[in-house]
Amino acid sequence: MQTFFQQLINGLSLGSIYALLALGYTMVYGIIKLINFAHGDIYMLGAFWGYYVINVWHFNFLLALLSAMVICGICGVVIEYLAYRPLRHSPRITALITAIGVSFFLENGMAYLFGSNARDFPQVVKQVNYDIGGVRISNIQLEILITSCILMLILQLIIKRTKMGRAMRAVSVDNDAAELVGVNLNRTISFTFALGSAMAGAAGVMIGLYYNSIDPLMGLTPGIKAFVAAVVGGIGSVPGAL
Amino acid sequence: MIVLKANFKYNVCWLIIMIAGFYIMNTLIMIGVIDSFIENMFVTIWINIILATGLNLIIGFAGQFSLGHAGFMAIGAYVTAIVTQKAASLGGFYASFVIGVIVAVIAALLVGIPTLRLRGDYLAIATMGAAEIIRIIINNMKITNGPAGMFNIPQFATWPIVYIMMCVTTIIIVNFINSRGGRVIKSVREDEIAAEAMGINTTKWKLAAFVLGAATAAIAGSLHASYLQTIAPNDFGIMESISILIIVVLGGVGSVTGTFLAAVVLGVLDTVLQDFGTLRMVIYAVALILIMVFKPSGLLGTWELSIRRLFNRIKRRSV
Repeated sequence: MQTFFQQLINGLSLGSIYALLALGYTMVYGIIKLINFAHGDIYMLGAFWGYYVINVWHFNFLLALLSAMVICGICGVVIEYLAYRPLRHSPRITALITAIGVSFFLENGMAYLFGSNARDFPQVVKQVNYDIGGVRISNIQLEILITSCILMLILQLIIKRTKMGRAMRAVSVDNDAAELVGVNLNRTISFTFALGSAMAGAAGVMIGLYYNSIDPLMGLTPGIKAFVAAVVGGIGSVPGAL
Repeated sequence: MIVLKANFKYNVCWLIIMIAGFYIMNTLIMIGVIDSFIENMFVTIWINIILATGLNLIIGFAGQFSLGHAGFMAIGAYVTAIVTQKAASLGGFYASFVIGVIVAVIAALLVGIPTLRLRGDYLAIATMGAAEIIRIIINNMKITNGPAGMFNIPQFATWPIVYIMMCVTTIIIVNFINSRGGRVIKSVREDEIAAEAMGINTTKWKLAAFVLGAATAAIAGSLHASYLQTIAPNDFGIMESISILIIVVLGGVGSVTGTFLAAVVLGVLDTVLQDFGTLRMVIYAVALILIMVFKPSGLLGTWELSIRRLFNRIKRRSV
């Protein structure tokens, strides 16, 4: 019973990180029907940004998280603008190959600039373990769980309550009709990319904190895992990915 | 018979081109222009051509988006590795081709019958999963030596064998595309519902294309194992499937000539950029993105090199 609860806690904290990644996948897929292979690499960018700001500028955890979200959001928008927007009306397989190209570019660009060996992620939060009835919970796990819950709640509010969220849902149902009723298609898609990439950036910082080690190829496996999570939950739907 | 006679002239032309290619290669090796390094590049390109034409049949002509090509390649590679280690003779090598193809066909049937009813992205995900299953099974079996892979595989696949197998598989696939079956799968690609309304068993024909593609992939895998002499399960992961897919899409989905061109271009690019180290993959990625953004239909689109059209043009000009 104890092992069960222990695994439950571990699974929940890791699972919430994957959920953040999967959210980005489903949102992008829902809106332009593109399997965004570069998503895992944006998550890697987030982890590296967190590493950089904590080491050089001595940011605390919250500030590192927020700045990584902003930077990754901007990266997502730039990638969408340069690589995916010219291909919006071409066959989907072409866009898929471009996504793979972007993924290669980010991975190897980072490996070229910063070296491909794994490095230690600085411990900004001192690890404290709590014992509750034999089940051990670290404060990092709690922090991950709480942060991702808050982020998901914010996301849910944006999608359900704001005007932009309504536009996003409209575009994912039928983008021609959405354009007819006055939705700015390009801005909505850019916003979706920004949102999804920001989630990935947050996930990157948190995984750095959890595993203590980051390297340029770290995005590949979680990327595919999150993709599977998105598929199992029903691709294109947000609660499914959770 | 009439068809054979009508196409006789063109078939002879293609045969001459193939034999000429063989002798040019042979002479260049003899006089020392091509050293073992460049020969290795050519063999890699030819194996990639076999793989990519098979995948192009599935994606470009049958319109089924498969991401599991490396799985079938793994089957061929491992069958050859196991059989030739047990019976190290040329006969054993050829027998391993046949066994590899048979195993791959059975696997393709098992994978294809349930998954080919899916469409678009779901099919891609399902085939990707199937290839992963094949890889994990190989990873956990004793006979395949687990994750360490197999080495000291006797080398039987010299460059002439790879060249001849490339020609043979290409002939089979091109003939299939130009036959009744090819027209059927093209109609399925264009409009599945309309094809079904015409009385075509769409699943059967999609399966036929899938199985043929898997069989050629198994042949390529056998050649790969026998030429490189070492294989490991990780060689056949999702990245291998993706690199075959890149060749197909870059050359033009639905163009066999394009596949040839893209395989050669990427193979040469890969070799030339070898001096750049890590920067190589960055340049490769940028080249990929730029080609896709500025030429979304691939290098050749659906254009095919056709001797018949060439003849007709010459005839028209002389008239």
